[in-house]
Amino acid sequence: MKAILVPLVTIALLAALAAVLPHFLNPYLLRIVLLIGINIVLAVSLNLVNGFTGQFSIGHAGFMALGGYTAAMVSLKLGQGAAAALMVAGMPQPLAQGLMFLAALVLGGILSAIAGYLVGLPSLRLRGDYLAIVTLGFGEIIRVVILNVDAIGGARGLPGIPQWSNFFWVFLWAVIVVVVSRNLAHSTHGRALFAIRDDEIAAEALGVDTTRYKVLAFVMGAFFAGVAGGLSAHNDAYLNPSSFTFLRSIEVIAMVVLGGMGSISGSVLAAIVLTLMPEALRGLKDYRMVIYALMLIVLMITRPQGLLGTRELSLPWGKRKPQGARGPA
Amino acid sequence: MKLRTWLAASALALSAFIAAGCGGASSGKAELVIGEYGSLTGNDATFGQSTKLGVELALAELATAKGGKLGGLPVRVVVEDDQGKAEEAATVVQKLINQDQVIAVIGEVASSRSLAAAPICQSNGVPMVSPSSTNPKVTETGDYIFRMCFIDPFQGTVMAKFASTNLGLKKVAILQDVKSDYSVGLSQYFKEAFTAAGGVIVAEQAYTAGDQDFSAQLTSIKGKNPEAIFIPGYYTEVGLIARKARQLGITVPLLGGDGWESEQLIEIGGDALNGAYYSNHFAVDNPDPALQGFLTKFRDKFKKDPDAIAGLAYDAANVIFAAVEKLHADDPTAFAGLSSAKANSAERKAATAKLRAIIAATNGYAGVTGTITLDDKRNATKPAVVLEIKGGKKVFNTQIAP
Amino acid sequence: MSEFLQQLVNGITWGSVYALIALGYTMVYGILRLINFAHGDIYMLGAFMGLFAARWFNAAGDPSPMKAVLVLLTSMLICALIGMLIERLAYKPVRKSPRLSALITAIGVSLLIENGGVLVFGASPQFFPQIIPEKNIALGMGVTLSNQQMIVLIVSVVLMFGLRMLVLHTRVGKAMQAVSHNHMAAALMGISVDRIVTFTFMIGSSLAAAAGVLVALQSPKIEPYMGIMPGLKAFVAAVLGGIGNIPGAVVGGLVMGVAEVLVTGYISPTYRDAIAFVLLIVILLVRPAGIFGKAVTEKV
Repeated sequence: MKAILVPLVTIALLAALAAVLPHFLNPYLLRIVLLIGINIVLAVSLNLVNGFTGQFSIGHAGFMALGGYTAAMVSLKLGQGAAAALMVAGMPQPLAQGLMFLAALVLGGILSAIAGYLVGLPSLRLRGDYLAIVTLGFGEIIRVVILNVDAIGGARGLPGIPQWSNFFWVFLWAVIVVVVSRNLAHSTHGRALFAIRDDEIAAEALGVDTTRYKVLAFVMGAFFAGVAGGLSAHNDAYLNPSSFTFLRSIEVIAMVVLGGMGSISGSVLAAIVLTLMPEALRGLKDYRMVIYALMLIVLMITRPQGLLGTRELSLPWGKRKPQGARGPA
Repeated sequence: MKLRTWLAASALALSAFIAAGCGGASSGKAELVIGEYGSLTGNDATFGQSTKLGVELALAELATAKGGKLGGLPVRVVVEDDQGKAEEAATVVQKLINQDQVIAVIGEVASSRSLAAAPICQSNGVPMVSPSSTNPKVTETGDYIFRMCFIDPFQGTVMAKFASTNLGLKKVAILQDVKSDYSVGLSQYFKEAFTAAGGVIVAEQAYTAGDQDFSAQLTSIKGKNPEAIFIPGYYTEVGLIARKARQLGITVPLLGGDGWESEQLIEIGGDALNGAYYSNHFAVDNPDPALQGFLTKFRDKFKKDPDAIAGLAYDAANVIFAAVEKLHADDPTAFAGLSSAKANSAERKAATAKLRAIIAATNGYAGVTGTITLDDKRNATKPAVVLEIKGGKKVFNTQIAP
Repeated sequence: MSEFLQQLVNGITWGSVYALIALGYTMVYGILRLINFAHGDIYMLGAFMGLFAARWFNAAGDPSPMKAVLVLLTSMLICALIGMLIERLAYKPVRKSPRLSALITAIGVSLLIENGGVLVFGASPQFFPQIIPEKNIALGMGVTLSNQQMIVLIVSVVLMFGLRMLVLHTRVGKAMQAVSHNHMAAALMGISVDRIVTFTFMIGSSLAAAAGVLVALQSPKIEPYMGIMPGLKAFVAAVLGGIGNIPGAVVGGLVMGVAEVLVTGYISPTYRDAIAFVLLIVILLVRPAGIFGKAVTEKV
């Protein structure tokens, strides 16, 4: 009973919020809320790789680009037409568009996940910084390839993507990625990931198939990064390869590290803080990015373990303590 | 780690959010707020900074001429930095429109950022005047989007015409900035027009803005023996390319577009640029008093020479100022809707719609970058001039009409 | 053939710059296991310090080899001091923290230098004066080399040899090797780890500054964001050669430079930025520790 009720209530709650929020927030503030949601999806999904498994990936923007471009092309070539056809057939607009949007996002995510598998399988044999630099390389290669494909706009970018992202969809995915991460943390698979993070050799000695689990985390991270790319594409109605440089990956890593490696709520919190901080600093004009950089340094010096360390915030009325996330990073 | 931390964390997030929300909130005073967004930081920072100076000069002139007021209301320009990122451009334009309640927006230089921001201006009914985005798609977004410059097809065609007719060339190589849609667009139209005129493109090479080494591309171009090299990039790289080309023993003329326009072009390229030609919005040796006045004032105020981007931004600001004044003269009731006191009202919507119509009707406006007439696609039509570089000076060579 | 030789010469000159930057990366990594993301920005600062020094000495108005050397040394010295400052203020406090935190600190420092650079130097590019008037030297077979390219090559080689002598044959160099093997053991042997780390940063930063001046000499456009890409690629070069390995960084830099130039010249310039990474991935899959890196067996 509960298994059905909880998702239904969540969806109803999100739909109600999506309907109500535009009356309280102007489009600018609403956009920032959506950016926060997209960054939550990115940060929590990267946390699966960097935080849970202790692997160091800096290619998240590459997966995001792959998913974003795939979802955008699906919507442009098929989704828009199909949604129109469904509406003619009598389906209400939000449902028809929603179905097509969901399909585009999932396809984008799947393509990213496949890429994640292809990249992950050979490269996860590498350790630490070598893996980092390979993922970085992968991200850059994806970007350069997109830059060279005229069919998807090349350097000029891809305009005219339907603007389907809204509060409901963005936060539905944010909730999904948090729930999946949380359930993973409590499962056998999750324990295996933590074991790899804490001591890979010991984990292997205990019979954990380290490569398989690392690839699993990597593929899941890539899937959600792809979805986030799709959400972002349908939010901006425009894609440009220059949005997916390694600096974008770095922004997401900063969220994971600032939140505390392995802490889901930490990633969420840091995604919120690091999206709002540059906005809040706008008044400083030319000094904005300098202050932002200084704050990043000071935060890292004063709280190197991140805002939450490896702990989780639990809701005051929450019941379970996610002990799986404990332990040294 | 329970309730207290949760509260603290939520408070932190909330306060940051409120700070973000209130940072630029409109004052509700009776004033006219105009928005400007550009890359003040990031790889293209020089574009945003130049635009900012052009607008600042227009504003300073307004202050001396009319006490900084249009139709009796003080004018304020809010400048936002998009860090050279498309998604950030969309965010700041949302902010300008919803927080600062601007009546018009100036920006951007790079077409990619203009394309990201244009749909927002369009759907909010706020006129957006791009000083220098040359991609045709920008103004195709909708009837609230304008530009002050000519578009890629025109400029590319101009140089192709010049190369084949005026210089009588048959074999040209192209060296384009592959990450700049401006450069890619120009190359594409140059190629089309040049081959249509019977010429051959013997080599197509590319670089990316920020590169510091061009020897490989030029060595390869040299092997193809072209009669000229078309380099539709920005002056920042062109000077380096010219020097490298001469170093490698390439002596053929170099051709380019308005991205070359800057005093620093000669500073860096030096003698290597002699015999090069490029299309531009104005010739510095043009005695036109408006242009000469602009050059003098700009040098006085900022102690350096303006580039074309600053000139176009200056024109963009002045076109908006002129439109606002015209609205005040024609229809004072509608004009009142532009005041910040009327933000979010039906009068505001009606006023910006009227402002849009006035901007769209811009005809024969004597700007410093040429006489600006907006066509039915809201693009400026104006003649291009071709400049030749001779002995370290830019000399007017010919004028090519649209 | 002559075109190919010319490309090769171009590639080696360009690669020697990567090598100089990569050396700093590799040294810092060898000692601290920290990817110093701000290293590319020190390279940028080096170019700017060279510019100011050149103005100060009026090296362009009245060029002489003496002044050129002076400009190079001034820039190296100032950047060494900046490197020391960065290490003391930003990196030392996070040395005992998780490595990713240190990495984020490095990214913060990098952002700080870049955006601070915009505030201090301005965003528009500035032009490095011609402190050595350019001359072309024909090498035969249709290959030309400018005297500036030659200087880049010579100075790079001198600095690399100097570094090798320093690391292998001096007390402080031996101490650096010891620290890179094991901090604790080195400390127990009476080596002041803090001092060696600071010293390493100073050497690394001064090499990056030298690279900045050398690049500015032949390609004189300098701006606050110029260090990002070369910094990233130099890091790739360091990994390519086997990170932490000094000859590896040099070879990695040269391989990268030549590969980039050949791809640009013969395949497609648009893939220039990608080739570095393709090469890297291929090499790492074949030799996971880089060309010269030693595979380290992990102790249980």
